[in-house]
Amino acid sequence: MIEAPATTSYLSEHYADEAYATLSGYEAKGGYQGLEKALGMEPAAIREAVKSSGLRGRGGAGFVAGVKWGFMPEQSDAMKLIVCNGDESEPGSFKDRLIMERGPHQVLEGILIGAWAMGAERTYIYVRGEYALSADRLERAIQELRDKGKLGRDCSGKSGFSHDIIVHRGAGAYICGEETGLLESLEGKKGQPRSKPPFPAQYGAFGLPTTVNNVETFAHVPFILDRGVDWFRGFGTEKSPGTTLFGVSGHVERPGLFEKPLGTPLGELIELAGGVRGGRALKGVGPGGLSMPILPSSDLDVGMDEESLSARGSHLGTGGIMVMDETTCMVRVACVISYFFREESCGQCTQCREGTGWLHKLSRRIEGGRGQPGDLEVLGRLPKMMEAQTICAFSDAAAWPIQGLLRHFRDDFESHLPEKSCPFGEGFEL
Amino acid sequence: MRAETRERIEKLFDRYPEKRGALLPALYLAQAERGFVDREAAREVAELFDLAPVEVMEVLTFYNMFHTEPQGRHHVYVCTSLPCSLRGSRTLLRELGEHLGVGPGETTADGRISLDREECLGSCGTAPVLRVDGRYCENLDLDSARRIVDELE
Ligand SMILES: Cc1cc2nc3c(=O)[nH]c(=O)nc-3n(C[C@H](O)[C@H](O)[C@H](O)COP(=O)(O)O)c2cc1C
Ligand code: SF4
Repeated sequence: MIEAPATTSYLSEHYADEAYATLSGYEAKGGYQGLEKALGMEPAAIREAVKSSGLRGRGGAGFVAGVKWGFMPEQSDAMKLIVCNGDESEPGSFKDRLIMERGPHQVLEGILIGAWAMGAERTYIYVRGEYALSADRLERAIQELRDKGKLGRDCSGKSGFSHDIIVHRGAGAYICGEETGLLESLEGKKGQPRSKPPFPAQYGAFGLPTTVNNVETFAHVPFILDRGVDWFRGFGTEKSPGTTLFGVSGHVERPGLFEKPLGTPLGELIELAGGVRGGRALKGVGPGGLSMPILPSSDLDVGMDEESLSARGSHLGTGGIMVMDETTCMVRVACVISYFFREESCGQCTQCREGTGWLHKLSRRIEGGRGQPGDLEVLGRLPKMMEAQTICAFSDAAAWPIQGLLRHFRDDFESHLPEKSCPFGEGFEL
Repeated sequence: MRAETRERIEKLFDRYPEKRGALLPALYLAQAERGFVDREAAREVAELFDLAPVEVMEVLTFYNMFHTEPQGRHHVYVCTSLPCSLRGSRTLLRELGEHLGVGPGETTADGRISLDREECLGSCGTAPVLRVDGRYCENLDLDSARRIVDELE
């Protein structure tokens, strides 16, 4: 179990309280009032409210949730589905786990609001296989709702509203976090992403109209309905409103999760985590999980929102901040990152399958002091060949961090070549 | 497969619009019998789902949490993703391996422990982490990790 965050706003305000994970504890803190308000509204009005709140998906791509909800067909003979993405496997990201463990009813309430807004009859929550406690907490919370008649036919005191929620556990594959890989996996297949279009709203799980949102995205929804769009927009920036649970890991004194408005400066979040460990100097920071380009220490002033980060050549991703101090060998970092992507590529696209293998091979070769003239040039060219021509964005995600490393830390790579070994004796072991 | 496992699998079918949706949960149930799903068990599952055996094998081998061969009585996984690596998890994996006399992906000679590495477990704030028989043990150092594995029977 992970600790409740030290800094709280609304999502994590009561996470230190175990009872908050139960229905009575959640209701005692005002839970399910957002749903009550929503059930008194027309579905279209809810979609409009969520859209004007500006809530953006918290699964990494940052798509505006209310716009996505509008893609679902209004009339449909086929059952409409919601899929809640709890596959969180992005290295550096551990917020969805805390939300599912400590605030499962926030997620369920957000799902039920979405269900009424989109006319969906059933939800599958896809929880990564390793998150046993998350799955248990959600199952328990769902049972509480069933016992109280809040799920099922004509549920939550609203005739004509029927909904059921099923927890589905993954079995260990990062690519099942990609939404169409997830849909395939939910259908009992290998989690290999689909070509798009068609998008899930037209052809989702089992061919049914489906909306996929991240766990945290759903958790924000009840607050928007209960407290209002203007209140929500009081947090964060114009284009990225609300808070998020920033994860700070790596070389800091007190790693953990910190709920802060989007746009909070990167340096402030690192300070919340106690600063760089042992008073050492900072070398680089991965701001948004493993898939996003790593920034140099001169970028600490950057606001942690997509607009500010993309102006510096990186992205918000999942807001998983990985801190690396001066002892870190960035070539080793490249080895660790490229190993991950090599292991997790689903293998459908040549550029991705072969490219991830080569990134790893070249990084290992350079790190081990066996680099050959021209290796750096090939390593620099590979990411460009892997971008944007594949079935899903995994290949870009594999290429970006290596590009960032070569852009900002080229010296680390170059110094390995003449020395024929790794010059960072004190760094982490590979 | 035991009759009881078959029954439990059949009860899962109507949770999904198409019964194949129940394949992952079914494989978890099949695996619970002996800790792995071999070809014979996979064939039995395939029959229940009206699938070709190869379709079940394909799924089994795609996902890391399914095993097709006998495993140790206990599983110990060390997360070696970047946030854990930065906090020394690879040193921990090496030293645990030396302590147990096995490398990643191997099982101790007495069949007690299978040791392996895993990618990010979502414990970056409490790194390094072991996943022991499905349970997370967080904020470890070598001593506490060694104590945990020594207590496994
Ligand atoms: C390789 C890859 C892995 C992903 N992993 C996750 C994940 O673990 N959890 C998640 O919510 N979204 C993940 N996503 C994003 C999803 O595809 C999708 O955009 C998201 O679930 C939509 O929800 P949102 O709009 O609420 O963020 C991943 C995307 C890619 C390309
Ligand atoms: S980009 Fe990679 S992970 Fe995505 S579909 Fe292609 S091979 Fe699979």
